[in-house]
Amino acid sequence: MRDTRGASQWRLIWRRFRKHRLAMVGSFIVLLIYFVAAFAEFLAPTTTGAQNENFAYAPPQRLHVFDEKEGFGLYVHGLSSKRDPVTYELLFTVDESARIPMGFFVRGEPYHLWGLIPMDRHLIGPTDRGETVYLLGADRAGRDMLSRIIYGARVSLSIGLVGVAVSFVLGLLLGGISGYYGGGPDTLIQRLIEFLMAIPTLPLWLSLSAAVPSGWGPLTRYFAITVILSVIGWTGLARVVRGRFLSLREEDFVTAARLDGCGRSRIIFRHMVPSFTSHMIASMTMAVPGMILGETSLSFLGLGLQSPAVSWGVLLQDAQSVRALETAPWLLFPGIAIFVTVLAMNFVGDGLRDSADPYK
Amino acid sequence: MLSYITRRVALMLVTLAAVSITTFFIIGLPPGDYVSTLQAQAESRGEEIDQQRLAQLRERYGLDQPFIAQYGKWMSNILVRGDFGESFAWNKPVSSLIWDKVGLSFFLSVSTLLFVWAVAFPIGVFSAVRQYSAGDYVATFFGFVGMAVPEFMLALVFMYIGMRYFGQDVGGLFSREYMDAVWNFGKVLDLLSHLWLPILIIGMSGTAGTIRITRANLLDELHKPYVVTARAKGLPEWKLLLKYPVRMSLSPFFSTVGWLLPGLISGETIISIVLSLPTTGPLLFGAVLSQDMYLVGSFILILSTLTVIGTLLSDLALAWWDPRIRHRYEGG
Repeated sequence: MRDTRGASQWRLIWRRFRKHRLAMVGSFIVLLIYFVAAFAEFLAPTTTGAQNENFAYAPPQRLHVFDEKEGFGLYVHGLSSKRDPVTYELLFTVDESARIPMGFFVRGEPYHLWGLIPMDRHLIGPTDRGETVYLLGADRAGRDMLSRIIYGARVSLSIGLVGVAVSFVLGLLLGGISGYYGGGPDTLIQRLIEFLMAIPTLPLWLSLSAAVPSGWGPLTRYFAITVILSVIGWTGLARVVRGRFLSLREEDFVTAARLDGCGRSRIIFRHMVPSFTSHMIASMTMAVPGMILGETSLSFLGLGLQSPAVSWGVLLQDAQSVRALETAPWLLFPGIAIFVTVLAMNFVGDGLRDSADPYK
Repeated sequence: MLSYITRRVALMLVTLAAVSITTFFIIGLPPGDYVSTLQAQAESRGEEIDQQRLAQLRERYGLDQPFIAQYGKWMSNILVRGDFGESFAWNKPVSSLIWDKVGLSFFLSVSTLLFVWAVAFPIGVFSAVRQYSAGDYVATFFGFVGMAVPEFMLALVFMYIGMRYFGQDVGGLFSREYMDAVWNFGKVLDLLSHLWLPILIIGMSGTAGTIRITRANLLDELHKPYVVTARAKGLPEWKLLLKYPVRMSLSPFFSTVGWLLPGLISGETIISIVLSLPTTGPLLFGAVLSQDMYLVGSFILILSTLTVIGTLLSDLALAWWDPRIRHRYEGG
């Protein structure tokens, strides 16, 4: 059936959303970051494991585009290192005379794209395979921070999505039961939600993740952490669903549907759900940053994911000591990645919420 | 009002029972029990263990009994004798370890709450009244940024700045000379001089959120007919603003204290670990790592209890603040 009465609800939402400039910028950034996470292997200059002990805590190298003698061409200056005789620290100085040419689509560390396709091309890297270049500096073991941040995006971002998906199922189910049936089930579920909201989450997360057996592999651990985050995190979504159900139940169009003889499931799925899907999507978008921050905090404390798994929280673990920070402030870069991601997601969520509201 | 209070207290007791059961369940999650851990530790040191003492400990905590019986024993020990069990990492009763830490934690969280309100309300009101002004944009920007920075990251940045540019360690709550001193006026002053940084860091996201909510609430109220009426009567603008819409827009805060407080305690926990403050955070964290479950359980129980009581107090404050809610419970 062709809609002849004008723009559909989704089109109206899109129209309002497009006017929200911050939200548009935010969604562009979020899409970009997810794209980076999806093609991490190709976009990262090297792999997460590749290390070079001679470049422990090597500072970021600036990418130059133009050279006075050679003309245009990507290159970085080399680093020369000297060991401090007292502290045994490696001290780096930029060697202006050494030029390491860089290029796009160069051959480097071999990898399997998505664990399947064997490749060795990287978006950017030194043209000479033997050289090591650190665009965002190196960590304690001489591993490339940029590559690790790019790979870390994969875990940190997907945990947000998976966690919200689990919370969504729980929230929709329990919130829906609570709002549609009311009475006894409603009271019970409301008490449960209030109870979960009354407990400080971090101590609870801490003790639950301590109960995760240390022998579990990275993948099982990943899912255990996700489940822990969402078992506590579903309450917010459940409240939104319940509130919507409660107010919609009294709406005229629901009464009309009932009088027309629609069955219960048809009323719920054909009439009620479509009118709050947009709200649900907005609330879900708002819930993702919380999950990401939760995983980051847990991993940062060493109770979430553990090395050799790479997530932004795991990377920030290295930044825990002030000593390390003093030698290598670039260890805080994963924090900037978190900041930008969460900020962009909040913008998107905010824009979605505003544009999903038909009365604005 | 009295029946309202009675009902709320009854409800609180139910919540507390649920909290304690959950806590106890978490205590029991890791395999093995306290006594078998003790046994293993002693054996790994090659020590002979007194079987009788082990049996006594098992008896004391009812470890050979089913879950419910164990729970009953733990609870009755707490309620009757204030005995929270024994920490096996410290070899001390839990209650001798935690109280002053819990005190400092709560002091820190409540100070942060007051700080959040003191900063966020005026800014929120300002940015609603002068919507789309430069100040409003600054406040909104700050609000988004504050919500996006993880607290521990902020603590790290401050530590780095303190180290790099001022050459001093910003961690801790006391200077060295006051660390083990008994409480006196000098120690209190010293505490206050160290307190501002943790308060600032923990309060950051709460402040940001509160500004945004105050602004949104007040914007909803500002264009209602009663405001127009008051203005038409010739009430001075500031008096009008503070007497009606601001009062209306602040009521949600009393009811959401119950959610803000747990957040502050969570923030406090992680910040204390990073800045090594002598509050519950580091001790709880250590206990979690060494699976010192009675210590962990007691912490969660006490923190949650304090939070639930805080929520109750805030609900009572709301009833006092907002006549609409008071009347609902007075049968009006």
